[in-house]
Amino acid sequence: MTAGSSAAIKRQNIVIIDTGCANISSVKFALERLHVAVTVSDDPAVIKASDKAFLPGVGSAQNAIASIANKGLIETIQGLTQPVLGVCLGMQLMTTMSQESGLHSTDNVLCLDLIPGKVERMQVGDLRLPHMGWNTVNPVNPANNPLFKGIGNGTYFYFVHGYAVPVYEHTLAACEYGTAFSAAIHKDNFYGVQFHPERSGDAGAHLLENFVNL
Amino acid sequence: MLARRIIPCLDVRDGKVVKGVKFRNHEIIGDIVPLAKQYAEAGADELVFYDITASSDARVVDKSWVERIAQVIDIPFCVAGGIKSVEDAGKILAMGADKISINSPALANPELITQLHDAYGQQCIVIGIDSHFNEATGKYEVYQFTGDETRTQQTHWETADWVTEVQKRGAGEIVLNCMNQDGVRQGYDLTQLKAIRKICHVPLIASGGAGKIHHFADVFKEADVDGALAASVFHKAIINIAELKTYLHNETICMRTV
Repeated sequence: MTAGSSAAIKRQNIVIIDTGCANISSVKFALERLHVAVTVSDDPAVIKASDKAFLPGVGSAQNAIASIANKGLIETIQGLTQPVLGVCLGMQLMTTMSQESGLHSTDNVLCLDLIPGKVERMQVGDLRLPHMGWNTVNPVNPANNPLFKGIGNGTYFYFVHGYAVPVYEHTLAACEYGTAFSAAIHKDNFYGVQFHPERSGDAGAHLLENFVNL
Repeated sequence: MLARRIIPCLDVRDGKVVKGVKFRNHEIIGDIVPLAKQYAEAGADELVFYDITASSDARVVDKSWVERIAQVIDIPFCVAGGIKSVEDAGKILAMGADKISINSPALANPELITQLHDAYGQQCIVIGIDSHFNEATGKYEVYQFTGDETRTQQTHWETADWVTEVQKRGAGEIVLNCMNQDGVRQGYDLTQLKAIRKICHVPLIASGGAGKIHHFADVFKEADVDGALAASVFHKAIINIAELKTYLHNETICMRTV
């Protein structure tokens, strides 16, 4: 299939997992701009029956995990076998654990453990945190990277985060701010992007279209 | 490499974009949604919407325009004005805003900054600061309720102290609006911004005073700010965003190419 034109998008059942966090509507609107119909749901049956699922999230890992647990969705998400895309905090929730708890807490937060890895406070020297704004992304292994198909080295995406996953074996694309970090990660059916494709202009739309067409 | 940001600011009153000079005499510029879309397409890196009536009026303000903006634009945007609680902020973020900016309510209740930080994460908490240079004392002073000239008042904070305080409490970004420069297009307050930059470890956005294209180069080079916010030069088509970004790129300032 061809990415780049909305006419090429397959008709399918796309669900945004209602994690109880904010930024759900911005992901929904971005898909609707691509003429992709989406359902927002926290019903395990609806989520399981989807062809593709989105795991959105803004906020702190601690609050988000607590919200997902309250909704009884942890096992549902862990049991999904269709492609799932985590966005920003949603990506971080896919890892094993995160350092991001409250302002004055140093405890690690246990995450969904869909992709091994740990979210850490970014070490950026004299640069400012959070890392906020448009930065260039370099996909790894471009010849076999369907999520970044047609997205070249140095493409700008919008980031806003203070914690990140280092570059490691599950990195799908890298970015640099002080040090290199994972702009996207992947294992099996689980994909995560640290940036906000829904707020990254044409490049973001292209990536969302690639995901829908996986 | 992280690009510096060009940020058009749209002051909103009753669902319309307005602009005043030195915070006064607001005139209507146009409807929000078409203007937002136009700026996004022109290459703006981010948009800020200030509901300038909200903090100074006690009434509940209709924010349905936030969702209408989120539907049409594909760049980040921040909403400011009238956000007084964790619940208020949650509603705005749920409607699709990427960040929320608080100003007067943070001055009234600094603890709110920490509550917002813990609820939504540092990355979406922007603190707006209206800073006025007092020629008599030679000090920069923080003002509140600047959306309504009849209620605008000086606080007990000096600007540098408040900048330090909000960072301690969990702010993710600071927009420093230099009131003496606002709307008069004589250039950003480089002296003040340079001083604040030294103590600001979160992203710092310059606001107030942009009039000519070189003012943007000056503020990025001399004050090392992360973004430059402007309103009237864009609304009145004095500066074209695409030309501005090309100019800044040629001045070796890192800009997102569209």
